[in-house]
Amino acid sequence: MTEKLTRQPFILRNPQVLVVLAVLAVFTVAVTLLSQAYGSGVIPTSTVKVLGKTLCLALAAVAMDLVWGYLGILSLGQMAFFALGGYLIGQWLMYARTESIVAASLAQNPIPPTPAELQEGVANQIFGVVGSADLPLVWSFAHSLPIQLLLVLAVPGLLALVFGWLAFRSRVNGVYLSILTQAMTLALALWLFQNDSGFRGNNGLSGLQNIPGLDGIDQATLSVWFLWASALALALAYVLAAWLVSGKFGSVVRAIRDDETRVRFLGYPVEGFKLVVFTLAAMITAVAGALYYPQAGIINPAELMPIASIYLAVWVAIGGRGRLYGAIIGAVVVSLLSSWFTGGRAPSIHLPGYVVNWVDWWQVALGLSFVLVTLFAPKGIAGIFDRLGGILPPQRHGRDLGPDQGALQEQEAKA
Amino acid sequence: MKRLSAMLMLTSAMTLATGAMAQEGEPIRIGVLHSLSGTMAISETTLKDTVLMMVEQQNAKGGLLGRPLEAVVVDPASDWPLFAEKARELLTVSEVDAIFGCWTSVSRKSVLPVIEELNGLLFYPVQYEGEESSRNVIYTGAAPNQQAIPAVDYMMEELGVEKWALLGTDYVYPRTTNNILDAYLKQKGVAEGDIFVNYTPFGHSDWSKIVADVVALGADGKKVGVVSTINGDANVGFYKELAAAGVSADDIPVMAFSVGEEELAGLDTTNLVGHLAAWNYFQTADTPENAAFIEEWHKFIGDDKRVTNDPMEATMIGFNAWVAAVEKAGTTDVDPVLEAIVGVEVPNLTGGTATVLPNHHLTKPVLIGEIREDGQFDIVSQTEPVEGDAWTDFLPESAKLAADWPGKDCGMFNQETNTCVQAQSNY
Amino acid sequence: MIRPLIALALTLLLAMPASANPALEAVIADNLDQIEKPSRRTVEPLVAQIAATGPEGLALLQAWSGRALGVTDDGRLLIVDGDTATDAVTGAAVTDAEPKMLRPNSGVRGVIESALVAGEISSPDPARRAAALASIARDGTAEHLAALRAAPAEPDPILARQRQRVTNLLAIRFDAEPAARVAAIERMAGDVGLDFRAALNPLLATSRIAAPAEPDANIARELSIGADDFPRDAAIALLTSQGVLQPRLTPADQRNALAANVTGGTVGGIPVADLFDPAARDRAYEALEASGAVPPAATEAEADAALESHRFFEVYAEPNPDVTDAARAAQTRAQVRLAAMTGIDLGLDALSLASIYFLAAIGLAVTFGVMRVINMAHGEFIMMGAYTGYVVQTLIANRTLSLVVALPLAFAVTFGAGVVLYRLVIRHLAHRPLETLLATFGVSIALQQLAKNIFGTQARPLTAPAWLEGAVTINDVISISSIRVAIFVLALLFLGLFLFIMKRTRLGLEVRAVTQNPGMAASMGINPDRIAMMTFGLGSGIAGIAGVAIGLFAQVTSELGQQYIVQSFMTVVVGGVGNIWGTLAGAALIGGLSKVIEFLNPANTLAAQTFMILFIIIFIQFRPRGIIPQRGRAAEA
Repeated sequence: MTEKLTRQPFILRNPQVLVVLAVLAVFTVAVTLLSQAYGSGVIPTSTVKVLGKTLCLALAAVAMDLVWGYLGILSLGQMAFFALGGYLIGQWLMYARTESIVAASLAQNPIPPTPAELQEGVANQIFGVVGSADLPLVWSFAHSLPIQLLLVLAVPGLLALVFGWLAFRSRVNGVYLSILTQAMTLALALWLFQNDSGFRGNNGLSGLQNIPGLDGIDQATLSVWFLWASALALALAYVLAAWLVSGKFGSVVRAIRDDETRVRFLGYPVEGFKLVVFTLAAMITAVAGALYYPQAGIINPAELMPIASIYLAVWVAIGGRGRLYGAIIGAVVVSLLSSWFTGGRAPSIHLPGYVVNWVDWWQVALGLSFVLVTLFAPKGIAGIFDRLGGILPPQRHGRDLGPDQGALQEQEAKA
Repeated sequence: MKRLSAMLMLTSAMTLATGAMAQEGEPIRIGVLHSLSGTMAISETTLKDTVLMMVEQQNAKGGLLGRPLEAVVVDPASDWPLFAEKARELLTVSEVDAIFGCWTSVSRKSVLPVIEELNGLLFYPVQYEGEESSRNVIYTGAAPNQQAIPAVDYMMEELGVEKWALLGTDYVYPRTTNNILDAYLKQKGVAEGDIFVNYTPFGHSDWSKIVADVVALGADGKKVGVVSTINGDANVGFYKELAAAGVSADDIPVMAFSVGEEELAGLDTTNLVGHLAAWNYFQTADTPENAAFIEEWHKFIGDDKRVTNDPMEATMIGFNAWVAAVEKAGTTDVDPVLEAIVGVEVPNLTGGTATVLPNHHLTKPVLIGEIREDGQFDIVSQTEPVEGDAWTDFLPESAKLAADWPGKDCGMFNQETNTCVQAQSNY
Repeated sequence: MIRPLIALALTLLLAMPASANPALEAVIADNLDQIEKPSRRTVEPLVAQIAATGPEGLALLQAWSGRALGVTDDGRLLIVDGDTATDAVTGAAVTDAEPKMLRPNSGVRGVIESALVAGEISSPDPARRAAALASIARDGTAEHLAALRAAPAEPDPILARQRQRVTNLLAIRFDAEPAARVAAIERMAGDVGLDFRAALNPLLATSRIAAPAEPDANIARELSIGADDFPRDAAIALLTSQGVLQPRLTPADQRNALAANVTGGTVGGIPVADLFDPAARDRAYEALEASGAVPPAATEAEADAALESHRFFEVYAEPNPDVTDAARAAQTRAQVRLAAMTGIDLGLDALSLASIYFLAAIGLAVTFGVMRVINMAHGEFIMMGAYTGYVVQTLIANRTLSLVVALPLAFAVTFGAGVVLYRLVIRHLAHRPLETLLATFGVSIALQQLAKNIFGTQARPLTAPAWLEGAVTINDVISISSIRVAIFVLALLFLGLFLFIMKRTRLGLEVRAVTQNPGMAASMGINPDRIAMMTFGLGSGIAGIAGVAIGLFAQVTSELGQQYIVQSFMTVVVGGVGNIWGTLAGAALIGGLSKVIEFLNPANTLAAQTFMILFIIIFIQFRPRGIIPQRGRAAEA
């Protein structure tokens, strides 16, 4: 009891949480005041949407950091959960919007429609475009927002739980596990690409930016609302994640990252810890996806191809692993830079005899910068903050971290 | 003779260019929304260049309404959500008056809600699956009745095909087109068992099994024909495997809807001679307009080997139709332009004219080409211009629908109940 | 004496052009429209007419089907051969005309060729006889059968056999004598050729009919209602289609009927507002039925009665039972062999896919075994190899030579790239496999974009030499393209080479030592850094070779590597690392399984890939270290 009293409060032990929350609050207020809907209109709606989406990506990056930076699992399938969240909320968005359209259209008939006719009409409207007219079984709950919201958490959580249980139980780890997570997202993507899977195949779910029941509200306002929601979700998730990794739980998790076998010998249920973090991260990622896709407007299986998850890992790496704010910085900086450079606005560089057009060369620069960051700045951008704030990683010099091969090296633990 | 006239055109263009120096006024901006990176860059970059060429030509002619044209090029990077984002940016930040863009159906479906919300104007230049008509989109590519149906008719009538293999990449265009064809063929008396359907992923490369399946269809003693909606690169492997299996166009003709001059450039065509493609334009079309267009294209791109293709023609027609409509309306505002554009007639490159119809589709002739050894097509059939039908007559649900923007202000009008199903489009 | 002769000759010469073939001229004049725009459906009589006009007509047909026929503005037909043109009617040379070339479609050309073919069967030129036989085999008629039987004996033994076969096939289809047809079927029984099956299957085609009593037709069998292939619904549908039963009332029909009978806000006494309930609709419809406003719908009792009073049969379209019996017997005999051969063909496909995966994955497996790092840029090395092949082919026109140059060059280029990547990046990330994975991913996207910038986004052609075109064909079922056979040989070659290097050379010994225990190897004087570099280069070099091989049968694009990289990972993971036999087993398992799944689900190749990956995920649960796990100390890491 006394021990608890003498312990500093969570926030004081983690001043960075306050800083992050403050920055986030200032950012949100500033964007609101400059938006078209609530302020001067300096920031156009399309930019508000980009910023809102970037916050969702940052949220996914925080979850990725939990899994990779703290638990040591380089999950290359994290975007599967992100996209699943988007698909599940998209089902309701699409169904409810279509239902209102179909109901209005059928109401013009001389005879009121039966529920079956209404559903048939909705199915025809949604799936007619991909050549089907039946509502697949997976759409059974699409009419209900509460159920779909629940599923946003439940389905990715369950997938992570089952996948994690199978993988951790058979002690698959390191590079093997990374490849396996990649296989998981690829399998899911290929499954969704099929028309028969009931998610409209390659067309995916579209028109998600039109929120049913909010027809009177324009996109300028909606985009700000979504920005608020995304900022709130990010703040909550950040606090949750910071709290989780700061306590005893966090110590065990980091210990698993540094040497799984020793933690197991100490009697901790390693698989249980891994499962909790992995599942929680999947659920956070799914929430991020559920907030992201209504702002993006469309979701299709290309969103969960392995490359998307690798980008997520790269953001976290560039931002700085093992620091939650590093993940946010990485996601924000790299995704915004990418969108600026590919937007065709970045000025071309005129070299003698050749014009470097950023649309063509941005990918090359980005790729090389990963290499440079991993080689020369393994702590990422957050490493700079570490130096500024004098926050140093725990001194572990001279201590053997485990076998001389594998993922558990000192350098990696420190980085 | 052709060269002479082209040179004459060139000199006149140059005189006009000097005249254009004196243009006054704020430039009219148009958006170019084609992927310049990612998987679709292969096809879409060409269309971006086509729009830029048209803009250059128009400016050389003195601009539009006395103002110069300026193209705002953005790169949606083959990323579908990014299409919506960039479209919004074009309409609200760059404030463009018209957008030329999109290739895949999914990118169009991504852009649609944005365009409709902000009342933009999109010219969509690619053949597509139909079942759509938006107030804010002009579809300058072929609807199914302007490509798929005539092509199948041709195979049935001229090649005597009795058994059908519908091979496609698994996405919406092949799915819907094959659905329409399936219904159409059954209506023509083809039995269920005589239609084989297969879908493969994008970029599929292992075709041995599928080609063997198609060859085995011939075991019924019926003439087999393949209708291919296989997209992009995957065609290379498919045709290579077909050639390796010794299947000639006389045994099993393949009618492709997505293989044009550009795709054949990546192939050794000696073994493909005689296979077919259906488009509304081929580079071999023998008209002075086409010769001039090809010459200008080569000059613009600085490469005499670059081919022209159907979506380029559609882009050109769309651009010219927009210019004509703007001149007719006297403004670039979307509503008057949309009002003016229906009924506009612009020359196409195959010796006729394209008329913008009330359903925002065009009239187009249907051409069937047989592949030649040099990667070009011999045009073996050319129809009179066919009116594009937004809602196919061969699927029961869409047969009763029609689109008529000037008359009914509706793109999804139920002719049975005489009601507008929805004013916005179905995305 | 001479003078009049010359005069006569001159008049003849002058007269010739005008009346060389007046019949042909007339036919052309009458049918110019159709000659310019022919249609397969209608062209046959015209072709016969032209053929009947004599040798000029035949020459015209030849030119027409060979797309060497042009039409001038004044309606003359010219046979064009390169720069020279001759008038089709007169045979006179024409120099000044600019004919519009006619392009008959392949259907029309088929008709023309088929008309010309009868005369060609007995042509002295064996090549033309072979072409004629091929044409008949493709599209034979009863007349062809007669022509074949009447033709003089074929001297060439191969052609003779082929002619015998074609004659048999035509006899099955067209002979007037049922006995001759049965005999022809029996002569060919057991054959699995596609053409034989194509002749048999139409004979065995059946249709279903419902009749009160046994019909007078060639009955295949009687159907019993409720059997697996004939459920009750199918019987009712059959009766409905024959008009015996009224169609049942569909909800849409019911709705339309109700909508047509709205009177004063009610239908059959039920308020319109209540009709959202299906039960209410039924009541309203019954009320309408009772009042006679709508026709009564078919009832269950009627359906039962109709089913009771009818028998259902499958009948052959072919009226003669002897022929169908013989055909069925022949088909049954072919079936077992056919199944076996389909299996063999599938096995070949699987073998081919496995060897491609093996080639793509072997480099990955080697580097993973030695250094525990996954090289994400491996796919881009494959792509580099393919582009090397393309570049070499643009420089060297001879395809065989270019391939001979391209293979070692691709190895050299990617070997170099691998060594550079190792020296610059991977060496500095030793023992940090996850970071290596990320860094090499950076290299991967940079290389991919670089390829796009250099070669453009369009697919580039990489064409196999002529001797690799075509396929190795055992029969109509078992066939595999030569290029795939070559890739299989290449994979075997590399397996051998690899085994040799590993077991018989010093480098191999050192590689094995480093793989098993790098620390101990280093203390024995082996430089692990150098060994790692060499293996990395070797692995990358093989990727380059794989790139050339893949480019030969698929497309060369900047995304080529991406297509194979995930499968390569799977191969390595499933097979187990550090052992070439493991990679081989992994490739065989993945290749074989993909094809089996594809076979079970032929309409959807995408589903096959999904199931494949799911299988791998589950497989890893049971063999987390792969099929052939690594043993010894290295395995513990």
